[in-house]
Amino acid sequence: MHFTKDHEWVRLDGDVATVGITKHAADQLGDVVFVETPEAGKTFAQKDSFAVVESVKAASDVYAPVSGEVIEGNAVLASAPETVNADPEGEGWFAKIKVSDASQLEALMDKAAYDAFLTTL
Amino acid sequence: MTDQTLKTTVLNAAHRALGARMVGFGGYDMPVQYEGVLAEHRWTREHAGLFDVSHMGQARITGTDAIAQFERFVPGDYAALKAGRQKYSLLLNEDGGIIDDLMAGKPDHDGLYVVVNAGNKDEDFAFWRAHLSGDAILTVLDDRALIAIQGPEAAEVMIAHEPVLAEFGFMDCARLMLFGVDCFISRSGYTGEDGYELSVPVADAERVWNTILQDARVKPIGLGARDSLRLEAGLPLHGHDIDATTSPVEGALTFALSKSRLEAADFNGAERILKERAEGPARVRVGLSVKEGAPAREGAEIADADGNVIGTVTSGGPSPTLGRNIAMGYVPPSHAALGTDLKVIVRGKPAAAEVIDTPFVPQRYYRKPKA
Repeated sequence: MHFTKDHEWVRLDGDVATVGITKHAADQLGDVVFVETPEAGKTFAQKDSFAVVESVKAASDVYAPVSGEVIEGNAVLASAPETVNADPEGEGWFAKIKVSDASQLEALMDKAAYDAFLTTL
Repeated sequence: MTDQTLKTTVLNAAHRALGARMVGFGGYDMPVQYEGVLAEHRWTREHAGLFDVSHMGQARITGTDAIAQFERFVPGDYAALKAGRQKYSLLLNEDGGIIDDLMAGKPDHDGLYVVVNAGNKDEDFAFWRAHLSGDAILTVLDDRALIAIQGPEAAEVMIAHEPVLAEFGFMDCARLMLFGVDCFISRSGYTGEDGYELSVPVADAERVWNTILQDARVKPIGLGARDSLRLEAGLPLHGHDIDATTSPVEGALTFALSKSRLEAADFNGAERILKERAEGPARVRVGLSVKEGAPAREGAEIADADGNVIGTVTSGGPSPTLGRNIAMGYVPPSHAALGTDLKVIVRGKPAAAEVIDTPFVPQRYYRKPKA
């Protein structure tokens, strides 16, 4: 698993990346009440806003940790947005993206680096 | 991490001890939530929530003709207000725009006790200092904290501490000894629930806060839930739903205009207000039920059924009590009738909305049975 400084995570399986927001991000947002996930077929460059997550208080953009084409948005989140709080780094994933440049992951943080990054915030 | 530029209330350490997440609000480092906005919102609707609102401004306005001078800038009839009563009102500029909304009352026979919003208090107090004359003076009570307890069990909790509070109805107020200290107390709040606001000396605030919290019916509640509660109650938030450009007529706050004061037309902005009452305002604040998609928040455009932009959302979000999205915003009176189909535009996507009555969730203020 890889992490961004914007608190997204990526898990690569072949050339398909499953992406979501980290537990830290979900905890900071508080109760998630609405998630707008991208539709299959849309393409995003790394760091493009590709989804929106809303807590009771505010809407926040979620940025694509890698470039590629969306092959699936997590439909569960439309009816059960609270899944993001319950299991942010598992069932609460946002989208699966067919990665166009796997080398982008190398610049992201691993778990140890991300945990260290969190202590600096 | 404390932002050094933010002021703190005397309860800051107590919030941190309770695990609050702190944010900057109105220039103060305040708790946005403790266990979570939704849980705190629901607890307040079902039990009793305790709020630190010490960031708000408290003051006395006293002097021989202090009330007459105060009334030049507010449209409420404070001269006729009985001792032991308070009233919501509006501080108006010369154009009838709302500089701030406020609570003012007569807890004793010494002029008025006034509570104003945190973000505006310096401006409000400077305004009064500039406009009061003779022996009328403003005394800022920055030696006091303000604690609100709100919810259906709030009265039982407080009556257990002080039985006389059972005799208070909505908007009754008094200066009395409570928890062994000199307090101003009123049966009011800004959540739509029954409850009290309690002004206590700073030195005693943490003890009073902790004493009330010992009751199992009470939990501390952050500003996040305070905002969603006041939205459900249909109450405007100054700087968002009303501001210095908004008149009380536009803001749907005509209940704050006393009949006798309108007849006298002797306050700031009376000309505009009377004209808008006679001819209708250019825009008016309405409640919206957002029927699909994401919550419509402040700044979202409001469009008519054909998609023409006619107004703006001033606050909105999910209603935890109703389980759907609600909002308030301004539209022309031609589109303000209950049941009017509108659209709200969130991130470029139009979603169906309908004008509905406020409060969105029924208010549960305690009104004393008539003797």
